[in-house]
Amino acid sequence: MHYYRSHVLVCAGSTCVTSGCRAVKETILEGIKSHQLEEEIKVVETGCMGFCELGPLVVVYPEGVMYCRVKAEDAAVIVNEHLLKGRIVKQLLYQDPNTRKPVPLVKDLHFLSKQTKIAMRNAGLINPKDIEEYIAGEGYFALAKVLSSMSPEEVIIEIKKSGLRGRGGAGFLTGLKWEFTAKAQGTQKYVVCNGDEGVPGVFMDRSILEGDPHSVIEAMAVAGYAIGADQGYVYVRAEYPLAVEKLRHAINQACEYGLLGENILGSGFNFDVNIRVGAGAFVCGEETALLASIEGRRGEPRPRPPFPANEGLWGKPTLINNVETFSSIPPIILKGGEWYASMGTEKSKGTKVFALTGKVNNTGLIEIPMGIPLEEIIFDIGGGIPDDKKLKAVQTGGPTGGFIPAEHVNVNMDYESLDELGTQIGSGSLTVLDEDTCVVDLVKFFVEFCQEESCGKCAPCRIGTKRMLEILERITRGEGKVEDIEALEKLCNYIKNTALCGLGQAAPNPVLSMLRYFRPELEAHVRDKHYPASVCAFPFDSPCQNTVEGGVR
Amino acid sequence: MMKQIKSVDELIKLKEAALNKIKERQIGNKTTIVVNMGTCGIAAGARDVMMAIIDEISKRNISDVIITQAGCAGMCEHEPMLEVIKPGMPQVIYGHLDKEKARRIVIEHVINSKVVGECALVQQA
Amino acid sequence: MPMVTLTIDGKEVQVEQGTTVLEAAKKVNINIPTLCYLKDINVIGACRVCVVEVKGARTLQAACVTPAAENMVVLTNTPAVRNSRRMTLELILSNHPFECLTCVRNQNCELQSLAEAFGIREVRYTGANPEHKEDNSSVSLVRDPDKCILCRRCVSVCEKVQTVCAIGPQGRGFETVIAPGVDMVLAESNCVNCSQCVLVCPTGALCERDQTEQVWAALADPKKHVVVQTAPAVRVSIGEMFGKEPGSVATGQMVAAIRKLGFDKVFDTDFTADLTIMEEGSELLERVKTGGTLPLITSCSPGWIKFIEHFYPTLLPHVSTCKSPQQMFGALAKTFYAEKAGVDPADVFSVSIMPCTAKKFEAQRPEMNASGYQDVDVVLTTRELGRMFKQAGIDFNELPEENYDDPLGISTGAAVIFGATGGVMEAALRTVYEIVTGNTLASVDFVDVRGLEGVKEATVKVGDLDVKVAVAHGLGNARKLLDALQAGEANYHFIEIMCCPGGCIGGGGQPIPTNYEIRQKRINGIYTADEAMTLRKSHENPAIQQLYKEYLEKPLGHKSHELLHTKYTPRGQFKVD
Repeated sequence: MHYYRSHVLVCAGSTCVTSGCRAVKETILEGIKSHQLEEEIKVVETGCMGFCELGPLVVVYPEGVMYCRVKAEDAAVIVNEHLLKGRIVKQLLYQDPNTRKPVPLVKDLHFLSKQTKIAMRNAGLINPKDIEEYIAGEGYFALAKVLSSMSPEEVIIEIKKSGLRGRGGAGFLTGLKWEFTAKAQGTQKYVVCNGDEGVPGVFMDRSILEGDPHSVIEAMAVAGYAIGADQGYVYVRAEYPLAVEKLRHAINQACEYGLLGENILGSGFNFDVNIRVGAGAFVCGEETALLASIEGRRGEPRPRPPFPANEGLWGKPTLINNVETFSSIPPIILKGGEWYASMGTEKSKGTKVFALTGKVNNTGLIEIPMGIPLEEIIFDIGGGIPDDKKLKAVQTGGPTGGFIPAEHVNVNMDYESLDELGTQIGSGSLTVLDEDTCVVDLVKFFVEFCQEESCGKCAPCRIGTKRMLEILERITRGEGKVEDIEALEKLCNYIKNTALCGLGQAAPNPVLSMLRYFRPELEAHVRDKHYPASVCAFPFDSPCQNTVEGGVR
Repeated sequence: MMKQIKSVDELIKLKEAALNKIKERQIGNKTTIVVNMGTCGIAAGARDVMMAIIDEISKRNISDVIITQAGCAGMCEHEPMLEVIKPGMPQVIYGHLDKEKARRIVIEHVINSKVVGECALVQQA
Repeated sequence: MPMVTLTIDGKEVQVEQGTTVLEAAKKVNINIPTLCYLKDINVIGACRVCVVEVKGARTLQAACVTPAAENMVVLTNTPAVRNSRRMTLELILSNHPFECLTCVRNQNCELQSLAEAFGIREVRYTGANPEHKEDNSSVSLVRDPDKCILCRRCVSVCEKVQTVCAIGPQGRGFETVIAPGVDMVLAESNCVNCSQCVLVCPTGALCERDQTEQVWAALADPKKHVVVQTAPAVRVSIGEMFGKEPGSVATGQMVAAIRKLGFDKVFDTDFTADLTIMEEGSELLERVKTGGTLPLITSCSPGWIKFIEHFYPTLLPHVSTCKSPQQMFGALAKTFYAEKAGVDPADVFSVSIMPCTAKKFEAQRPEMNASGYQDVDVVLTTRELGRMFKQAGIDFNELPEENYDDPLGISTGAAVIFGATGGVMEAALRTVYEIVTGNTLASVDFVDVRGLEGVKEATVKVGDLDVKVAVAHGLGNARKLLDALQAGEANYHFIEIMCCPGGCIGGGGQPIPTNYEIRQKRINGIYTADEAMTLRKSHENPAIQQLYKEYLEKPLGHKSHELLHTKYTPRGQFKVD
């Protein structure tokens, strides 16, 4: 085995690709060539490293020095100074916004050191196109363990012990879902991975598929063994071509290495994985709509029961889990359900990946044990709010979630605590809002999203979201009437209670949450035609209105 | 299909082999060799020293050694120089090196835990 | 089947596992209101009108798709439920043109009925509505998507019952419209014009193309000699438009009413139905004798004909070359009859009253001009005829019965049963048996081919031959026979296919509603009419015998081929530019 004294990792997640990491990699390779360092230094493309705010990212091992916002010109400097002479390039290091000091080593970054990476354990650290790098980290060992020393029932017991809950948003106990599907009648069963990730602002599924596709493949095979399925499908949204490409490559490699296909590891167990690409519909993240889409039918949800566990793909028992859920499975098998359950809270076990975005210094993906206070996420890991602005609220769960206002910022991040506040963990979206964010405008944006993505099958969602949006548009245009608020609230409660599927049932959540915590702001829009954050409407109110008594225009 | 893994044992073996591929990225209880690569070092032949060390380590399939560089140490007349930091041993700075001496350091100090006295400049406990 | 016990509005009810809450409620006389629900065809829980409270459920549940479960507690009439249903209706109304007074379904619209029942007096949530173009391309039916409430019944009928899939939801969400795909209009699509979709549409989004004005104009034109023919199915359903029970045989009153409208002659399609049996029976015997293409398949259903032209064009040689009774009549009206009556065929205006909208398409097929003119000028549906009676102020139920005119008004019981599925087959068997064996039938009733089962089979001994027959109604059932035929597994001599479930009595031009129970009642009416007739075999029709003697010479003769037989047009399945 050729010994390289240094590995240079270039993050090639979608965000860094758009920021120009390919040029950075090319420049590094050119520089290595011109200094004749090819035998010493290996350049590796990894999946998303998680700190997308700071990309393109380059990490040099063995030191573990992280360079951020690297442009092609900077790459040349890295080669000449660090790779050749061992001198760290100070101006490319990450600077802590609070101490204003550089933090050279990846392991010292608060953003990283406070995380507990389980689902994201490999993303950004390995080359996703090399199955052996996955295997080096005990990849496919979980599959080997279950095939050689565990019965399907024992596998399910372990998953149940872990307390893992569906990470896509519903939060249903994964072990229980596996058990239902295992018990369902039928010889043909399927395992489906939901990679639709339609919620705007979340991208952990993308990062896992791009950076660690094998963890999903392995987990699906483990699930297949547990429930009695020999065929899996990964449904990936069409807007993730890089993820599709990496996944396809990984599936082919796994087949080449005999880790997919027939008689895996000599156990007699067969499992195959195919990819199905979506066609641009948020509603296809809903499991029954997703199944319809795979079957080639119009992507619309259907009433449940029957549940997919009993009647799913082509009427057969089908297990559907989210990408992040699957990615958490191999460590649970290897280290045991109890290990996973030792993290988190009583009802929300394990870790969750959050996508931290908005008015916060460190945006990106963070994986933390459930139950950590939101405060710590925003101000410690997240590095606080830029420009010394005040925190207004954190929006969670995306367009079907609600607000956690500043006064509740010490809430523990688990399923139950957030439900009590009228919002949800959902897929893990955390959007930080500061005093300059108009809540009404943001809510209108979310309702617009749900309205556009409504499948149109049931009247409450199809027409209801449209009427909700029309009221909000009128309000943000300065034409709101006082009756609109009550009408809006009635409409929201009706849609929530009557819609056919989760999209419709949750579409009113941002509005209801706004009514709960920011009613005065909404009333200001409607009654006083006063726009506190100075975002909405026409005529436009000047920002100084916020600070000057009497509301001078 | 040469690559097909047919049993759990074969998987374990492949993992061990594959670990070598990414060991450089893993922080652990490793021996570190710091080669001075300042301009003076390079002029005196530090690159040859570096290549020799890499080659020796490759040949012997040693898995727990990190090689990094540092800039000029300020002792330019002693270049090429390197430092060996091995857990459980004093840190040793070596000087006036060439390819053969470099290889000796790998064999005697890194592998057999014996300081190469004639090249050693400084020893720190 | 295991049973489950649940409580609905405090009443305990026991049902088979798998029964829905909606059906269970019916058992205790609770009629939960529905809108998109269509039993066995469209059960999708989409409109949310039938929501109920189920103890323990997070949200309201749609009764039509919720399976009854042991110990389930259901409340169907709480304030929350009523409020939700009201909101749903208001939202649907906010998206619906307020054109009731000028709508074809005025007073017969399910949305109207629900709005009335719920006492909707204002619509609180108004806003924008997508504007869709009316589709007038088809000669049979009209699409008005602005009135569509997206219940999906039409899609389900076209897909599941008829297996044509001519229309489906296009676009998404608020912009969804039910239309043929790829921006086609109906006339460009595979639509077979059967209007089963019209029968199930709860509103006026789909309706027949109304051609009554053309008929009024012809009736008022002193130069025109206006003759009319009436299909068998019309006489057992026209009464429904005047409050009679479905299946009431109102032939005499219908003839009287039509005569009152001012037609010069009131004739009967049944006449040419008997003629069809003569021609088709002979065609069957000819093919059997000479080793021609078997099985022979009937050809009187124009929806069925367009279907086979689109989907199974290679099987066209099996289809009888006989025209439908409507078209045979049309050809004779402007030749044989015009001659006899001394009228210039150019002045004959030939109208037909049909339970069918596909007949409107059939009448204007380019080859249907054997007389030298368009053989049938206008086809009106039963619904259009009913409206004409109302406009003319005719008190239908008080009319004394009258008879059809001679000679094209004489018919037998074998002709009237054309209106029911299996009727053409039975009529043919009555004649073929007696012609081949030379014996009289002990009983003219071939009950094996009657009834609402999708595909019926029978074997009838005719002399030395065991004649194997099959009957299908509804195009989904037709497909089963055609697929078997293509696979070489259809060992029949003769197949009858009717496009519409139940046969013509269930046609797309019939009074609305037309459901399973009503179809059954109309079928009963048909066989009642058959039994009441003195002559019940086509070959015994004296007017038909006279027609051959005087004019046609013999079945499948030269004149027959000229006037009474036709050819078909293989059509593709997809729009080709």
